[in-house]
Amino acid sequence: MTADIAAILAIDGIATGAVYALVAIGTVLIFTVTRVIFIPFGDIAAFTALTLAALDARQLPGTVGLVVVLACMACLMEVVSLARAGELRAVPKAVLFYLVLPLIVVGTVWLTMRFTPPMPVRIVLALLLILPISPLLDRIVFRPIADASVLLLLTVSVALHFALVGLGLLFFGPEGVRTEPLTSMAMEIAGVHVSGQTVLILAAALVFSGLLFLFFDFTLIGKALRATALNRTGARLMGIRPARAGTIAYLLGSLMAGVSGILIAPVNTIFYDSGFLLGLKAFVGAIVGGMTSYPGAALGAFGVGLLESFASFQSSTLKDVIVFSLLIPVLLWRSLASQHSEEEVEE
Amino acid sequence: MRKMLSLTALIGGLVAASTAQADITIGFVTSLSGPGSSIGIPYGRGIQAAMEYKNEVNGEKIKLIQLDDGSDPSAATRNARKLIEEEKVDLLIGTATAPSTIAMLAVATELKVPMIAVSPVIGQPNPTDQWGISVPQPASLLVKVVADRMKRDAMKNIGYIGYSDAWGDLVYNGAKAVEGEDGIKVLTNERYARVDTSVTGQILKILAARPDAVLIGGSGTQGALPLLALGERGFKGKTYGTVALVNPDFVRVGGKAAEGIQVSAGPVIVAEQLPDSHFAKKLALEFRAAYQKANNLPSTDGFSAYSFDGWMIFTSAAARALKTAKPGTIEFRKALRDEILNTKELSGVHAVYNFKPGAYHGVDERALVIVRLVNGAWTYQP
Repeated sequence: MTADIAAILAIDGIATGAVYALVAIGTVLIFTVTRVIFIPFGDIAAFTALTLAALDARQLPGTVGLVVVLACMACLMEVVSLARAGELRAVPKAVLFYLVLPLIVVGTVWLTMRFTPPMPVRIVLALLLILPISPLLDRIVFRPIADASVLLLLTVSVALHFALVGLGLLFFGPEGVRTEPLTSMAMEIAGVHVSGQTVLILAAALVFSGLLFLFFDFTLIGKALRATALNRTGARLMGIRPARAGTIAYLLGSLMAGVSGILIAPVNTIFYDSGFLLGLKAFVGAIVGGMTSYPGAALGAFGVGLLESFASFQSSTLKDVIVFSLLIPVLLWRSLASQHSEEEVEE
Repeated sequence: MRKMLSLTALIGGLVAASTAQADITIGFVTSLSGPGSSIGIPYGRGIQAAMEYKNEVNGEKIKLIQLDDGSDPSAATRNARKLIEEEKVDLLIGTATAPSTIAMLAVATELKVPMIAVSPVIGQPNPTDQWGISVPQPASLLVKVVADRMKRDAMKNIGYIGYSDAWGDLVYNGAKAVEGEDGIKVLTNERYARVDTSVTGQILKILAARPDAVLIGGSGTQGALPLLALGERGFKGKTYGTVALVNPDFVRVGGKAAEGIQVSAGPVIVAEQLPDSHFAKKLALEFRAAYQKANNLPSTDGFSAYSFDGWMIFTSAAARALKTAKPGTIEFRKALRDEILNTKELSGVHAVYNFKPGAYHGVDERALVIVRLVNGAWTYQP
């Protein structure tokens, strides 16, 4: 391996790592607030790419159907549970949140599609369409079992992933898509060719992690989320509703997944089932960071990206084996070095 | 009297029912859902085109029962059993994925029903108890024809990149088989997975080996990924692949980077461009017309044509088998099996078929032509 090749591999690895980092941070965010290891996270990223591609092709994306169906289910569940609790006064608000808001988004997309909007608008539309999916899934699937053990939540999350992959095939079809490049710019850094797309991916990862940092440290909602993550019962006593915190975490997480989906769509062909591996590698990154620390998860994700890139050069057949084998020593080290958390004691 | 009448009516009904039973019944399984559906749906359309083209043999009507296996081998097994035991089919045709096809073939062999596989089947059947044949060109032949073309183009050093699965192995082994002839050398054995996000590392390694040409062992849309990476790095040599790459989305995604790639493919892909003397031309154009009529869509893929060829093999064997036995009987199934294995020089739209006991495949090099991607369209390269 020459220095040139190493440089190219490093840049490629950092670009891949940046995408993993976005997803890993989202995974950690949702895990700390809701205790759910949200496996379908990668699927959300893939669905965003597929939605954008459908919008590019001037077709109504399959996500529209998905959102409408999920919104109806979530609204029905919420209304029924409110009715059972005798809180009929809260029903209009529930309908507004779970049915009307998602339908407004769908309606906006449907209307805007008639005017062949420019690229930036299409990206916003794709993100808008993706955002309601995870909060709605949260209401339908995870809210009823919010107090279950982490293991049960994980199992349900895996099942949800398989359901989503099936729905993805139904709504998007089996063919892969690749969207138009966001920029055709390219530059040379120290004699190595760097595409504008790579720069964009890296910039987006940095900007979003920065924004998240500001959000957690300087806004009330952000602080509430952190409080919920640290101690659910304590936060509840302070008047923070864990359900609401969960919804916000899912919304933020979806945004990160959506952005990463839009960033990789021009670099690689995305299939309805591409999300799993993406989510899994980001998950490895998050585990390296201990599942609780954002900078740790981001660093872990960059490490996974770099490792993958160099592994694909050294021995492409064993690439994934190398990446996933990384988990074993990390898990060993983590379980030996870390203290047992309060929650495990509870269980 | 009334009792008598109703009895006659009943008997009449029974007779009518049993003559209806005498139709030839075909059980067709394909993957209309699941990961195999991008191939399974064209297979389904192909069989509709075949029914449109020919729906009776020697005056005997053909009844087609189609089931979806959801790309799942256990569902394919259940479907095959159901079709044989409940619907009493005379022949099975199926299915989109190799594991499901092998699963169906096992049922067919166990229950002694002939089967025409529309996916490649690997291995050697037992010649005395063989109930299945396979229509498509075997992978070894696909690669051999490409390798011969590389030889003809005087390519010496070949770089290889393919899927990290059985398909990648098949193409690599095919390329390895011609190594040494005319100084051909396979320099690299790089692999990637369909859901990988980047092949930069693999491509750098290939470029470092300085090959004259690169052979792609991928399939469909994601087969374009190495080509795009090669284009990005300014690779100027030739590129080769197999028919597994041929689908509209490959051309769409590959764009400029895929331009000029040469692949081995069944002649039906370029039916219009074939010389009039080519065996496949007339039938392939008729197949296209039937496909358009049955599905209200133009045919663009090679997969639907495998179902069509399977149907041709069946109808020609059934015409001979009907001379000795009645449909719906054990004797007919056996006769049909014997006649399928006795197929000689039967022209389909993909190949000229010659089956004999002891081998699943019955095609030769006439089943493949080299086509080149020029301005986004596949062009016949004699």
